[in-house]
Order: sequence, then structure tokens, then C-alpha cells
Amino acid sequence: MECDAGVCEREQAMGITCETMWRESSNYIDGTLSPDLQQSIDEHIKACQACASVLAGLQNIVTLYGDERMAELPSGFSRRLHRRLEANMPTTRRNFFGWAVALAGSVLAVGGIELSRASHQVPDSISKHSQHLAKPIPPDMQVVVSEKGRLFHLAACPFIINRETIRHMTASVALAQGLSPCTRCLSKYL
Amino acid sequence: MTLLQENPAETAYEAELIQRIKSGEHDLFYRLIQPYERRVYATALSIVRNEADAEDIAQDSILKAFRHLSQFRGEARFSTWLLQITINEARMRKRRMTLRAMESISDQQNDEGDYMPREFADWREIPSESLERKEIRTALVEALSSLGEKYRSVFVLRDIQHLSIEETARVLEISPGSVKTRLLRARLMLRDFLSPGLNGQWSATPAFAKGNKPWE
Repeated sequence: MECDAGVCEREQAMGITCETMWRESSNYIDGTLSPDLQQSIDEHIKACQACASVLAGLQNIVTLYGDERMAELPSGFSRRLHRRLEANMPTTRRNFFGWAVALAGSVLAVGGIELSRASHQVPDSISKHSQHLAKPIPPDMQVVVSEKGRLFHLAACPFIINRETIRHMTASVALAQGLSPCTRCLSKYL
Repeated sequence: MTLLQENPAETAYEAELIQRIKSGEHDLFYRLIQPYERRVYATALSIVRNEADAEDIAQDSILKAFRHLSQFRGEARFSTWLLQITINEARMRKRRMTLRAMESISDQQNDEGDYMPREFADWREIPSESLERKEIRTALVEALSSLGEKYRSVFVLRDIQHLSIEETARVLEISPGSVKTRLLRARLMLRDFLSPGLNGQWSATPAFAKGNKPWE
């Protein structure tokens, strides 16, 4: 790259070196830098096309691999797993009556747990995702969701897929629809 | 470094499930592990790279978690404990398959050295719709597969499974600093691997095949 030898003609004017920018590029994308360093990088990439390209590439990588389609389970995974577990559990049920008892028991047990959870006054129990939040997302906060997306974001989030299809809604509506908060733009709630 | 805060309601819910499973309500185990099936599989795949082996390891790991649930003391998150079992199972399987000797040269690279990204005149944005194209998904999978295990496992947990830096560190039993270092390297290597060439084609040659590129 143009700064290959560690000397970039514009580096002095840009505050930080290209080397520093690259070292911090990943933290920059994750939003974990100090405000000062983040600002320095912002200024650097305005003046350095090569580093801007590196950063755009990294962001592209994170967005593409972060897509839910890259984390799909093989078809039939859950069914095969349950069959394996069923075969190895102490109380294996093999006939229809046994299955019916198991199903009814499971429903009752799950229902009991749900009731129990309600009695614990789980905050925002409209979604299981809300129970993973260390700090509740304000229910009336405006968020956006893209078509077929399973995450909701702040409008300014750079990791929105299919941005042209976004819909606006409140966080409580998004949670009620079973959507999960973006781990980057809403990281302070995770 | 602030650790990821745990939600008391979530912890209490899982603790109750676990207690009831230990008491004999084994069917509840399905509900306990259902939210984590994807993570367990992806974690196994990040180690062994073969889908069939990964599924087998995922099943073994979940079954092992069931059989050893009495040993789970609740000192860590259940998900962390489950993924640690998965990592161990996958690594044991990999050793048995004597794949260690075939590990990518990338594993031998030094974490501490700088990795210099390649220059590309322009990184055009790749629309997410492209993931519908098989060759794009194949290229992404192949690029990931080409990373060394220590980079791949961090990248999968952090950028595909969206674990926090701290939780990734706990699962892999490494420091958060190492997670950040490996994540940076993994992202840069994937960027180099996947950057489009002159004709907008996917790059066929991994830039990092040449090994580490210390800053000079």
C-alpha cells in the first residue's frame, strides 16, 4: 500500500498513522474506541483512501458474515438431535401413549415455568430476547427493521442489511415480533 | 474491562429449568438447549470444518451436557459451559482424526505481529442479496475455512454467533485482549481473501497464504 514503508506523506496531517488505523480498525467497527481515537480515525479515513477502503472492506465482512443466513443449521438438525437425546434419556418413551404423556407433560411443565417466570415479574416478558438484556431497551425507542431481517437496529447502524426495505417501529413492537437487538448498535443493552 | 452483565431473570429461569431437569423432568432439557443449538453447531464447525462431523460433535456435546448437568454449579452461564464442552469435544475429535498436522499454516502465525492488509483500488459494497447466490456463500464458507482454528473460532463466536468479546474469551478460555487481536486478524484475512478482483470476481488466492506480514 502507499504507506508500505511506514511513511505516508499525509500521515502527519492526519493525526494517526495508517498502521495505527489498521490496528484499531476492528475496534473501530465494534465501537469500543475512546471518542478521541474514534475521531482521529474518522479524520484519517477522510484523507486516506487506502485506509477508507480497508475499513469499508472490514465492515463488509462483518455485515455479510453476520447475516442470519450464514448461521443456519443443517436441515433436520433439531429433529435428529431430539431423536438422539430421546434414545439416551433415562425415561425413554417409545409408544404412542408414552409420546402423548411426554407431550402433555412438556406443555404443562413449560406452561408452569412460564407462569413461574411471570410471577418473577420478568421485565418486558413479551419476548425471550428481552430477558437477555442487562439494561432494558426503552420500549418507546424508535428502531428500524429491514425486510426479512431478524434484528432491529438504530437507524444510523451501519450493519443494516437491505437498508432500502427498512420499516420504523418502537423497540417494544420489535421485541413483540420476536426480533433481536443488533449486537453492535444496541450493544449497551446487551 | 467490564464483564458482560447477566440478567437475573434469565439466570433464574435457566436455574429453575436445570433444577427441574436434575429432579427428573428430563423432557425440559429440550427447552433448555433449544436456544443454543445453533451456537453449539457453529462452534463445532469452527473447529472441525466438516458439517457431518460438526453435527455429530454438537449432538455428543449436548448429550454430554445432559449427562453431566449435575456438575453444573451455575458459576458461569449455562451457554458458556455448554460451548466450553463443545470446544473440548471438537478438539478431542480433531485430535483423534489426526488433523492437527494438517492445520492451516495460518495457525502458526504470531498473534503479536502486524498483519498488513492488501491494497484494493476499491472495495465495492457487496449487497446482502448476494448471499442468495450459491457461489457467494460458498466463497464465504471457503474463506472462513481457510483461516487457522484460533482465528476461525474467535470469528465464528463473535461475528457469526454475536457473542460479546468477554463471553467469547470465557468460552475459549483466552483473554479478551487475545480475542480482539485474533478478531482483527481474522477480519483482515477474510477481507483480503474475499476482496473482488479486477473483474469483480472473488479473489482466488488467499493473501495470507504467504504468512505473516510484519510491518516494516
